[in-house]
Amino acid sequence: MGGLQMKAVRWLAILPFIGILVGTAFVNQVEPLVLGMPFVLAWIVGWVVVGAGLTAVVFAFDPANAKPEPERDGGRP
Amino acid sequence: MNSALVIIGLAIVIALALGIAARRGHDMTLEQWTVAGRGFGGVLVFLLLAGEIYTTFTFLGGSGWAYGRGAPTYYILAYGSLAYILSYWMLPPIWRYAKKERLVSQSHFFAKKYDSPSLGALVAAVGVAALVPYLVLQFQGLGIIVTVASYGSISSSAAIWIGAATVTIYVMVSGMRGVAWNAVVKDILILAVVIFLGVYLPMHYYGGFSEMFRAIDAAKPGFLTFKPTGQSVLWFQSTVALTALGFFMWPQAFSAVFTAREERALRRNAALLPLYQLILLFVFFCGFAAILQVPGLTGGDIDQALLRLSLKTFDPWFVGVIGAAGVLTALVPGSIILVSGATLIANDVLRGLKPDLAEDTVARVARGLAPAIVLVAVYFALTNHPTIVNLLLMGYSFVTQLFPAVLCSLMRNNPMTKAGAAAGIVVGVAVVAYVTMTHSTFVSLLPFLPDKANDINIGFAALILNALAAAAVSLATRPSAVPAASRPG
Repeated sequence: MGGLQMKAVRWLAILPFIGILVGTAFVNQVEPLVLGMPFVLAWIVGWVVVGAGLTAVVFAFDPANAKPEPERDGGRP
Repeated sequence: MNSALVIIGLAIVIALALGIAARRGHDMTLEQWTVAGRGFGGVLVFLLLAGEIYTTFTFLGGSGWAYGRGAPTYYILAYGSLAYILSYWMLPPIWRYAKKERLVSQSHFFAKKYDSPSLGALVAAVGVAALVPYLVLQFQGLGIIVTVASYGSISSSAAIWIGAATVTIYVMVSGMRGVAWNAVVKDILILAVVIFLGVYLPMHYYGGFSEMFRAIDAAKPGFLTFKPTGQSVLWFQSTVALTALGFFMWPQAFSAVFTAREERALRRNAALLPLYQLILLFVFFCGFAAILQVPGLTGGDIDQALLRLSLKTFDPWFVGVIGAAGVLTALVPGSIILVSGATLIANDVLRGLKPDLAEDTVARVARGLAPAIVLVAVYFALTNHPTIVNLLLMGYSFVTQLFPAVLCSLMRNNPMTKAGAAAGIVVGVAVVAYVTMTHSTFVSLLPFLPDKANDINIGFAALILNALAAAAVSLATRPSAVPAASRPG
């Protein structure tokens, strides 16, 4: 996968920052409960999960992760 | 002696045995002791990073804040998530540089990047200053666990001494290797205990999560959302932003990163660790469940919420299991902090002053310093009782002051000079110290601001002044502006 795609994909990583740092101001409420949690807590939890997912997508597209594993060195003699 | 104490005592003995066993087959050179020969694979790096992040702070502090403060505790869940995303880009270049230069500590990193041993020593001093409150909070947590689990028969000061001795012994024997193996045991135990408690307690006392939160909302309206003033949304936003920047600025976070065998492990962890972060949610549920069941804890005692509710709910042997998990969450991070602190003083401050010291001597001094650092932390743990979260926030304010200089050093053409970096760090740390001692707020420092500005985490004032000072001094000391000979270092 090419570097150009990676350039586009890595912008996804900005979404959780917007969701948590900006979005929280608009959802500071208890109702409706989501999965039994107050709405504002569920909102933050949702962004933690989405953030991990987006990072995984970035990882999959990043050409730096496609190289073979280096030989083990400096570990147990 | 009750069965709870027997189980907690057993956990301490096993932790010690594992720590000593981990040393076998390895000579304890400085590189082995501090970064385990840079030979850890993805799984162990994951556990080290996680081990150092999920501490007594999470276990007792997180539930304590849910119990005593309510919504503000949500910040603990949010900042880690953003920090891990930043780490995807920030940690691999730090690791690459450290591997190339064979660095074993954070201040080494600064000294090399900025070509200034004195900057390295300054960073080491900041690191030690931030580590002490962090170590204090682990010991304070140990004290709380053992006292509550012994139904008051062991005093918290005795418990603090026992925990401190354990940490010291195994750190002196096997350094970072001992820590990694204990991290494995601790993570499995804490995961099981916290998820069980977080599900069982709300179900047992309220019949479900929705029922629990509705009951709390009815009894304490506004407790589950951010308040209009004080710990408001603005407080949340500024605190999350600030602590996310500071997350990887801890000296021991650099050490954990340096143990990686390859940089891909760091990027993979950036996607995996946030999910692990979700166990915090179950910690919050324990604290929330305690609100209506063990009411009346205030001040520093809110940190006891989880344990008090456990005492009320379970047989002593199971309280012992919970206590054992809690003890490990203090011992493992406590040891990582201790290795980092001792290495900082021996390898960075001492070697900065006497560069011709042999590697063996430095390794021996580092190990010898561990008990001294423990004594300082024990002193503070015995005399001081702010809540656990407040202790950590103070340490965070210190280490976050290193962020601008780290960020600039990773750029292709570093715009910051060594004098600029030093000026920024000194100004930032001075502001944090001043604010902590005088309890200043934003408006008391800058009276022209509206009252609402008081909700902003005061650490931001330090960070902004830090960046301004760094920029001004960097401009004044740019190599083109000043002849090389007169540049300060």
